[in-house]
Amino acid sequence: MSTDTADSASAAPITPRSGRIAKRGKGGKGPRYARTGYLFVAPFMIAFTAMFLVPLAYAAWFSFFREQMIGGNVFVGFDNYTRAFSDPQLMAGLGRVALFFLIQVPLMMALALFFALALDSALLRLARTVRLAIFMPYAVPSVVAALMWGFLYGPDFGPIAQLADKIGATAPDFLGNLMLGSIANIVTWEFTGYNMILLYAALRAIPTELYEAAAVDGAGPWRTAWSIKIPLLRPALVLCMVFSVIGSFQLFNEPSIMRTLAPNVIVADYTPNLYAYNLAFVGQEYNYAAAVSFVLGFVIMAGSYLFMLATNRRSRS
Amino acid sequence: MSATPVKPRKARPKRSTILTIGMLAAAAYFLLPLFWLVVASTKTTGDLFSTFGLWFAGENNLFTNIGNTFTADDGAFGQWLGNSLLYAVASALGGTFLAALGGYGFAKYRFKGNRAMFMGVLGAMAVPSTALAIPTYLLFSQAGLTDTPWAIILPSMASHPFGLYFMRIYADSAVPDELIESGRIDGAGDFRIFFQVTGRLLTPAIATIMLFMLVQTWNNYFLPLIMLNDPALYPVTVGLANWQGQAASSGGASGDYIPLVVTGSLISIFPLIVAFLFLQRYWTTGLVSGSVKQ
Repeated sequence: MSTDTADSASAAPITPRSGRIAKRGKGGKGPRYARTGYLFVAPFMIAFTAMFLVPLAYAAWFSFFREQMIGGNVFVGFDNYTRAFSDPQLMAGLGRVALFFLIQVPLMMALALFFALALDSALLRLARTVRLAIFMPYAVPSVVAALMWGFLYGPDFGPIAQLADKIGATAPDFLGNLMLGSIANIVTWEFTGYNMILLYAALRAIPTELYEAAAVDGAGPWRTAWSIKIPLLRPALVLCMVFSVIGSFQLFNEPSIMRTLAPNVIVADYTPNLYAYNLAFVGQEYNYAAAVSFVLGFVIMAGSYLFMLATNRRSRS
Repeated sequence: MSATPVKPRKARPKRSTILTIGMLAAAAYFLLPLFWLVVASTKTTGDLFSTFGLWFAGENNLFTNIGNTFTADDGAFGQWLGNSLLYAVASALGGTFLAALGGYGFAKYRFKGNRAMFMGVLGAMAVPSTALAIPTYLLFSQAGLTDTPWAIILPSMASHPFGLYFMRIYADSAVPDELIESGRIDGAGDFRIFFQVTGRLLTPAIATIMLFMLVQTWNNYFLPLIMLNDPALYPVTVGLANWQGQAASSGGASGDYIPLVVTGSLISIFPLIVAFLFLQRYWTTGLVSGSVKQ
């Protein structure tokens, strides 16, 4: 097997105990130990099959049927999928999360990148405190984050409304026409720190010699950041972007909590996930819900794949 | 075991005051809602509406609020906390054990399908977890497992491929092959070698993964929302969302549930914040090792 020389090579420099990495290769060489290898990975693979592959296969099979008053479960082929692709409610939801992705993700990534570069620049005082403060929201459940911001946005005792009241202005309608932006703010608050830490970690792995060479050439910290650090961050940035594609299109927790505050703004099909959830657990349309989930999964995989393809091509050229 | 190589930097540039002020302002934005939560937890419902949100009212009502939170609905909140703890600890222990064994196996043994299986698991990271939740619910409901703790623990244990990925990379570099060889020469079986010798070298990675699985399960909302009907089994996230629903439907203005939601939120994030502060070196390692390679 021509295993993994590529990824282990890239793994080497930053792995813990990198001192020991000099020698590598598989411990149990030869067929004698292959059986032991299977035994080691078997528990995980069994659990993974049961909790991941089986549900996935089941959903795929399930999405080809329809529950009917007469005749029970009937095989309908791709009917659920044709319905999904021409379902205005699903399309509206997809459009909404796509818009969300286009607005929120670039903003969040720009902030995370800026923060990571600032932390790495040695220009900053109190860097540790700042790093911890920005990362802290990651420890907060998204439900609690949405609850808190919901109160902060609120017209009754939200501090923003109170301040606006004091100066005789009207607070923006956070829970009305600005809802998508309000949710974007919550998600940005939750995940900027996480992305910042990922990027910061990647920055720490860049060999210092590069900076020294740049300094010899007379580059200041800003120039170094722009010309050396950002290009070298590309793999980490792509990883963060792919996580963000997955996260944005799966948006559920935040709108689902905000729905209790603004049921007329956040309708049942606000995001594809909310729609699938309501189809399954309110409308009992399990088959169609499975198809909708699959369409969503397909969109996410296609999106991530296209994204990686595009960035790969650009880095090669 | 810090994975961040400390870089000695010669010729430190001068610190920038403007950048420091800007970053402190950013930090303030990220801490503001948490500060608001602490302040709001000290207020009565009346004070919440009549005093400025970002500063304390005259009297401190925090302990009354905490008391009310734990006694409301016949002590439901304490039960939710207990459930969250059970789900998180069980999933993290089980999941970490599976990931450690599996990651070690993938890193240290050659067998047919090693790479194919590993790549398959990695590819699964792209599948939306919520797309998985509905079929999992249907399967569990056929097996009669919905509305039991297993409905949360079993899926949470196995559905974090990241743990396996991280373990494999870590084991690859942290466990020298010679150590396995010398164990074999001493006549020990491979599992005994793992549990008594080489597994110990994975401790930092095990701690990292356990922390992340704890947090992920503690914070999970979608899975328990669909799997559980019985409020006595709710984790704290679903419980709080439920109280919030009642606070909102009782008209907002009257809601006795509002201080409960606020104080309950504060109590529910407290253990996580403490864990992140005290285990800083672990999660930093975890993210460092996970981010750079793909």
